[in-house]
Amino acid sequence: MDKIYLLIVLAPLIGAIIAGFLGSRIGRAGAHWVASGGVGLSMLLSFYVLLQFINGTTGVYNESVYTWMVSDGIRMEIGFLVDQLTAMMMAVVTFVSFCVHIYTIGYMAHDEDNWPKSSLAGTNSYQRFFSYISLFTFSMLMLVMSNNFLQLFFGWEAVGLVSYLLIGFWSVRETAVFANLKAFIVNRVGDFGFILGIAAVAMYTNSLDYAEVFKLAPGLADTQITVLGDTGWSLMTVICICLFIGAMGKSAQVPLHVWLPDSMEGPTPISALIHAATMVTAGVFMVTRMSPLYELSETALTFVLVIGATTALFTGLIGVVQNDIKRVVAYSTLSQLGYMMVALGVSAYAAGVFHLMTHAFFKALLFLAAGSVIIGMHHDQDIRNMGGIRKYMKITWITALIGSLALIGLPGSSGFFSKDAIIEAVHHSTIAGSGYAYFAVVAGVFVTALYSFRMYFLVFHGSGPRDEHAKAHLHESPKVVTVPLILLAVPSLFIGMFTVGDMVFGDWFKDSIFVLPEHNTLGQIEFHGTWAFFTHGIFALPTLLAAAGVAVAFVFYMMKPALAESWKKRFQSVGIYQMLDKKYGFDETYQALFAGGSRGIGKLFWNMGDRGLIDGLIINGSARSIDRFAGWVRNIQTGYLFHYAIAMILGLLILLTWFVIA
Amino acid sequence: MLADWPILSLTIWLPIVGGFLVLASGDRAANATRWTALTFAILTFLVSLPLYSSFDSTSVGMQFVERATWIELFKIEYYLGVDGISMPLIILTTFISIFVIIAGWEVIQYKPSHYMAAFLIMEGVMVGVFSSLDAMLFYVFWEAMLIPMFLIIGVWGGPNRVYATIKFFLYTFFGSVFMLVALIYMYFQAGSFDILAFHDLKMGLEVQVLIFIAFLLAFAVKVPMWPVHTWLPDAHVEAPTGGSVILAAIMLKIGGYGFLRFSLPITPDASSYLDWLIITLSLIAVVYIGFVALVQQDMKKLIAYSSIAHMGFVTLGFFIVFIIARSTESTGGAMMGVEGGMVQMVSHGFISAAMFLCVGVLYDRIHSREIADYGGVVHTMPIFAGFMVFFAMANAGLPGTSGFVGEFMVILASFRADFWFAFLAATTLIIGAAYTLWMVKRVMFGAVGNDKVAALKDINGREFLVLGSLAAAVLILGLWPAPLVEVMDVSVANLLKHIAVTKIP
Repeated sequence: MDKIYLLIVLAPLIGAIIAGFLGSRIGRAGAHWVASGGVGLSMLLSFYVLLQFINGTTGVYNESVYTWMVSDGIRMEIGFLVDQLTAMMMAVVTFVSFCVHIYTIGYMAHDEDNWPKSSLAGTNSYQRFFSYISLFTFSMLMLVMSNNFLQLFFGWEAVGLVSYLLIGFWSVRETAVFANLKAFIVNRVGDFGFILGIAAVAMYTNSLDYAEVFKLAPGLADTQITVLGDTGWSLMTVICICLFIGAMGKSAQVPLHVWLPDSMEGPTPISALIHAATMVTAGVFMVTRMSPLYELSETALTFVLVIGATTALFTGLIGVVQNDIKRVVAYSTLSQLGYMMVALGVSAYAAGVFHLMTHAFFKALLFLAAGSVIIGMHHDQDIRNMGGIRKYMKITWITALIGSLALIGLPGSSGFFSKDAIIEAVHHSTIAGSGYAYFAVVAGVFVTALYSFRMYFLVFHGSGPRDEHAKAHLHESPKVVTVPLILLAVPSLFIGMFTVGDMVFGDWFKDSIFVLPEHNTLGQIEFHGTWAFFTHGIFALPTLLAAAGVAVAFVFYMMKPALAESWKKRFQSVGIYQMLDKKYGFDETYQALFAGGSRGIGKLFWNMGDRGLIDGLIINGSARSIDRFAGWVRNIQTGYLFHYAIAMILGLLILLTWFVIA
Repeated sequence: MLADWPILSLTIWLPIVGGFLVLASGDRAANATRWTALTFAILTFLVSLPLYSSFDSTSVGMQFVERATWIELFKIEYYLGVDGISMPLIILTTFISIFVIIAGWEVIQYKPSHYMAAFLIMEGVMVGVFSSLDAMLFYVFWEAMLIPMFLIIGVWGGPNRVYATIKFFLYTFFGSVFMLVALIYMYFQAGSFDILAFHDLKMGLEVQVLIFIAFLLAFAVKVPMWPVHTWLPDAHVEAPTGGSVILAAIMLKIGGYGFLRFSLPITPDASSYLDWLIITLSLIAVVYIGFVALVQQDMKKLIAYSSIAHMGFVTLGFFIVFIIARSTESTGGAMMGVEGGMVQMVSHGFISAAMFLCVGVLYDRIHSREIADYGGVVHTMPIFAGFMVFFAMANAGLPGTSGFVGEFMVILASFRADFWFAFLAATTLIIGAAYTLWMVKRVMFGAVGNDKVAALKDINGREFLVLGSLAAAVLILGLWPAPLVEVMDVSVANLLKHIAVTKIP
């Protein structure tokens, strides 16, 4: 198996290297064939691995590939851990990535239009784009297949790097290069916590290997450390919260969520792949992988829960007032990531990862559908300018509808099973914060339905696009764009019903997820088969709330648009609309406080410290003092004999007086 | 066999002899001069390679030892030898020197033979510093280093070069005078200038503290540590590209090397007694200097400040040892700090060299180092932009590049000493990324800034060779640092064993 695992990882990397370095030689077609081929191979092999696990013909694989270094007795290795959790992640990552590769052939076909004529960077941008998304696939696979903290951090930062390169892909756009810098730095704030967590793990276990650390973790459950003053902190709480800060950066949780909406400056395929389906779920994966640690700290679980719940509800609300089609979907992603975190917070790791999987399909689908609409609208992304698109883009319309229905949890669709499992698990949880979380996730269902169908109705229904010229040119996207939509629509609808029994309520994950008996919220849910779960869910509160959300959207945006306007005014009068429109003011505050503040501190240190105190006062100051002293001494050396004579007599007098008095 | 050859002497004298040959050949056949210089640089690198390939990484003692009497009256010896701490730095020196010669190829038109000669002589002298085991020999090389660098900045430097050279000279000279006093004092105690004999010298705490401070003044200026760092940005800004490269890549390392060869083993009790001072200064370097770097308008100044911040990790890694040893009663767990500091020195040698070369590439074309004079360079120089973004990421400590390895090790080790040390050190993840990538954004990305940028030509084969080689080094060391850590492992363990024993009689 080790050769297969190596091949799964290296195939996309080789594709990326060829497409990147030989891009101009192999041409566009060469680049997309080699990149898609690498990822395609990786996908087939991942499916094969998954199948082996389903059939039970292969066991958990945990081997090192090479030793990165040994220092202080700590072996740092590059190696793979492939268990049920990893196998599932590999399949999801490579499948979505493959769909996105195919889609990109269509989406980026006219990329030269996005570059200034004279730009040399624009001449092989198509090949470079393929190189980046293959490199991303490699990095993401390294992250999920890691068997140690070092490689996890490698993958973690490598996906961050590719995300940086891709958000700023159209590097001529000022907004894009602002967004990618912001994304990287905000992620680094998370990684700052992450690396401290890793350092704590290394200090107390003398190992970075998962198996070793997880084995030692229970023995450290009662260890206390002092961080601030004399108050003792549970070591596990410190480790888990530090690691989770990393997850908050990567998975865009409040208050480190600010980079994700801006990341929409990148081309749409990567919004689907990186900023919806895979990279941003790395935090969810990481916490799940670390379940043997998180289970030992209820404080950390509560922290995860509260952050997740806050993200789930409050970022969803922002989605209701957005007018850029990609930004609506981006806020929806933030909110859904919050749901996943909530699941982890109540120890329903399986439900969290299950939602990760279903979300990967329907959210990638929604983004790619949005991209298809954007192609049709000639890169106009404002949903207020759209409408009636269902008449012109049938496949896009149907698949987008499927994606939206799965997102709001239409009974039977994938999203229904995953979201209901989370809500039920929160319902059964007794951990601190679960009451707040339950309110947030249930209210979130209504909000999700409202923003999803507000967008859906505005884009696909009503009278045609405002702009007559746009209307005249509207037509369905080419097959390379629509086929991936169909490919993703199938699992968005069906994968939930076939897998919920095994993955969430069965024992699919086996030992890859660890849950303490007293935290086992999923075990308390009565599950009598998929059908029973389905029928029970049809008339449950979440479904009714989702229906209500759709109904409100229908009334506001289909039947009585005037009503929407009057409600908007009503919300404006109490300031709620402005608050949402300003996204609670995070961006402005951070910009002023952190960006401005750091520059201010830097200027202060530089002007006062380096230039004022050290150079001005001490260095050049001493030079000047010496100069001045020398100048003064020079004055005494007048050369007149009588000056010297007077000085001698004066000196003699002073000396004599001093002797006499003493 | 190879081991019988005086490899260290060859590595020292080959470039120096080459330098004088180049100097003698003059500027009439400038191209031949350049090729001669390059040949000597490459030969020196090849000659230095056996230091790595024949190095016995299981041996505690000095290797490749050469010992002869030099000045009998004062028992001064010509005594050379390397261990796992100095050997990587010598290879780094001979490696970087090649690229310095290539980088000055057609750029330096004014007296190229003098320029090339200065760098070759510099190379030999620096190898001498790293391989001397006699304190007086060390001191001679140490001071000799100033002369070529003084000339490099003074002759081929920018408009404000006189201020910069004087500042550079006075600063470093000021520091080293105290070191000389300390060395002479120990000569009278030990009866010779043998550095290894100094290591075994028993001294009371007061004496140790005085000697430690004398060394500190010399090394802190070289590293440079806050607050004696202000010569560095000025020197860098005025220095020609090659000068900046040597300054950042090698000369700063001599300060770090000094701590390991002199301060820690000779005055372990004083080092332990004053470790709080070095740790504080190191953390100031990481945080304070990071913020200062953020607001620089001049690319070279920004990279210079970033160098100081990165060197903060080196001194931090070296001195947390004592805190860990005191709290755990053993030096186990402290090794990673020292090794991390060493890795950081080597890695910074590659990355800072590459960053300064990148600025040099731009400066050669537009003759400006101001960030504001650029913008959208990626559109006219896409290959160069690829390199620059790569090195910037390495500078920001991205895993997979060498910049990550040392920082990671030091952060892990400093967590063992104190949570807050690790906390403050780890802020470099944010600040380092902010100042490096913000510069990259303003220089590389966005729309083409002005007509000069629009007329830029992408890098030529020579520049590609230089940047490509350094990129390979950064990548290899980042993906597989094991070989580097292995060669220093035994020496570092031995050093830690040595400093754990008090020297107070």
